[in-house]
Amino acid sequence: MKQFRSMTYPYVLWISVMIVAPMLLIVLYAFTTSGNDVLTFQFTLENFKRFVTDSVFLAVLWRSLYIAVVTTVICILLGYPIAYAIAQLGDRGNTIMILLITMPTWVNMLVRTYAWMGILQDEGVLNGFLGLLGIGPVPMIHTSFAVILGMVYNFIPFMILQIHTSLAKMDKNLLDAANDLGADPAHAFLRVTLPLSLPGVISGITLVFLPAVSSFFIPKLLGGGQYVLVGNIIESQFLTSGDWNFGSAISMIMAIIIMISMYLTRKADVSVASNGKE
Amino acid sequence: MSEKKRRGVGGKIILALTLLFFYFPIFYIILFSFNDSRSLTKFSGFSLRWYEKMFADSTMMEAVFYTVAIALIATLVSTVVGTVTAIGLSKSSRVLTAFVERVNDLPVMNPDIVTAISLLMFFSVLSVRKGFLTMLLAHIMFCIPYVMLSVTPKLRSLDPNLIDAAMDLGATPLQALTRVIVPQIRPGIVSGALIAFTMSFDDFVISYFTTGNGVNNISILVYTMSKRVNPSINALSTIVILLITVTLGIVNIVPILRERKGKKKS
Repeated sequence: MKQFRSMTYPYVLWISVMIVAPMLLIVLYAFTTSGNDVLTFQFTLENFKRFVTDSVFLAVLWRSLYIAVVTTVICILLGYPIAYAIAQLGDRGNTIMILLITMPTWVNMLVRTYAWMGILQDEGVLNGFLGLLGIGPVPMIHTSFAVILGMVYNFIPFMILQIHTSLAKMDKNLLDAANDLGADPAHAFLRVTLPLSLPGVISGITLVFLPAVSSFFIPKLLGGGQYVLVGNIIESQFLTSGDWNFGSAISMIMAIIIMISMYLTRKADVSVASNGKE
Repeated sequence: MSEKKRRGVGGKIILALTLLFFYFPIFYIILFSFNDSRSLTKFSGFSLRWYEKMFADSTMMEAVFYTVAIALIATLVSTVVGTVTAIGLSKSSRVLTAFVERVNDLPVMNPDIVTAISLLMFFSVLSVRKGFLTMLLAHIMFCIPYVMLSVTPKLRSLDPNLIDAAMDLGATPLQALTRVIVPQIRPGIVSGALIAFTMSFDDFVISYFTTGNGVNNISILVYTMSKRVNPSINALSTIVILLITVTLGIVNIVPILRERKGKKKS
């Protein structure tokens, strides 16, 4: 078996160089002052201090979190009924609908976001439709609405697929049992289906929240140049102002926020699972 | 109307609206790629001028070339390396497996922008000139974990004595690998390669930060060009949509058809 074990060594070397070393660079830069030579480091917490004491940066962080939370909530509220409706179809309907929902996700996210730029214009097709109803034109492009819409559009498939997987795994006999025991459909849904599908909702939350909080091209394309989220600040630190130390510190803050929220959702997942067993 | 039927109708309406929401922007782009005017909002007549413009535009054609070239090379390399490593890990110690899995999780779990800036700094610190090579290395890096995630479950479901049996029967380790193990896990390898190809083909964030020297892929081009109205982007997008849909449509529908044929025969 030794021959097989040695097949992993090149990859271990590769990830040490291509994944571990670059990630360590972020930590190194976040805690050092700018203008270092590679070998003389000046450790500092200044980069973090600069972020948490600046009201402009904090406002951007809050806005990013707010947009990500709203996006996630909308994805749950819309994604759940959609996943539920798919699960009610027959086997073939299930396969076809899941394929139809996955297919757009294969198309480049940039292209799909760009498509909304035309639709949401003041003289665009959506406002044209509202005009027929006698409303508008409602300004849509370059608003929070456009940004959230773009995020929901791009990320809701993840939520639908996760919820659908947990609904499809459910034993349908449980509903018959609930019915036999005198539960009406609404009751059976609340006490049987909903708790059993919560793990899907929870993994859906991570899959939506994570890209939503860090996205920077959706706010740029649909929110306009003035609309800044955390991802846009990081982008400008690296590509315009060239302040890697500050940019690394912001990335670390964002990664920590994401890690905490993932830890919390996982904890919720465990408590849901243990409740189910009782 | 019975209650069940009524609920069925409600579900169908939800699903119809869902499909409308998902596909409307895609068809919108396709429609406006044939628009006669520059407008992104008013359709003034059918024309192929944006396609002509696109094919004449050397930056666009280069971007298509780089996208396809990088996706093909990254898929090939990451599929081979990912499969070989996954097989090796299935025979390795728990500690090593846990280490590789944890590190693999970093680019999968971290936001793309974090992975992207880490690579940007890494290449710059080593003073590697950013361009085709750095973008390709980055793509190989983030594709391999997905290949392994798709191959490893198939390996777990294999009989652990399979290799021993093959070698007892006189196969060399290489033969045991290529003639026994690989055919058994082929579905995992194929779906891993497919995921790698789409991940690479569609990537924007990591490419954007790791490229340089005028090397663009389609995503970067759409991002930089979308600041001004340019209907050639619609034409380019339409080609991308067609390419991806046809390829993946075939890959997904063929097994379904084959299965149905198999059922009919039996």
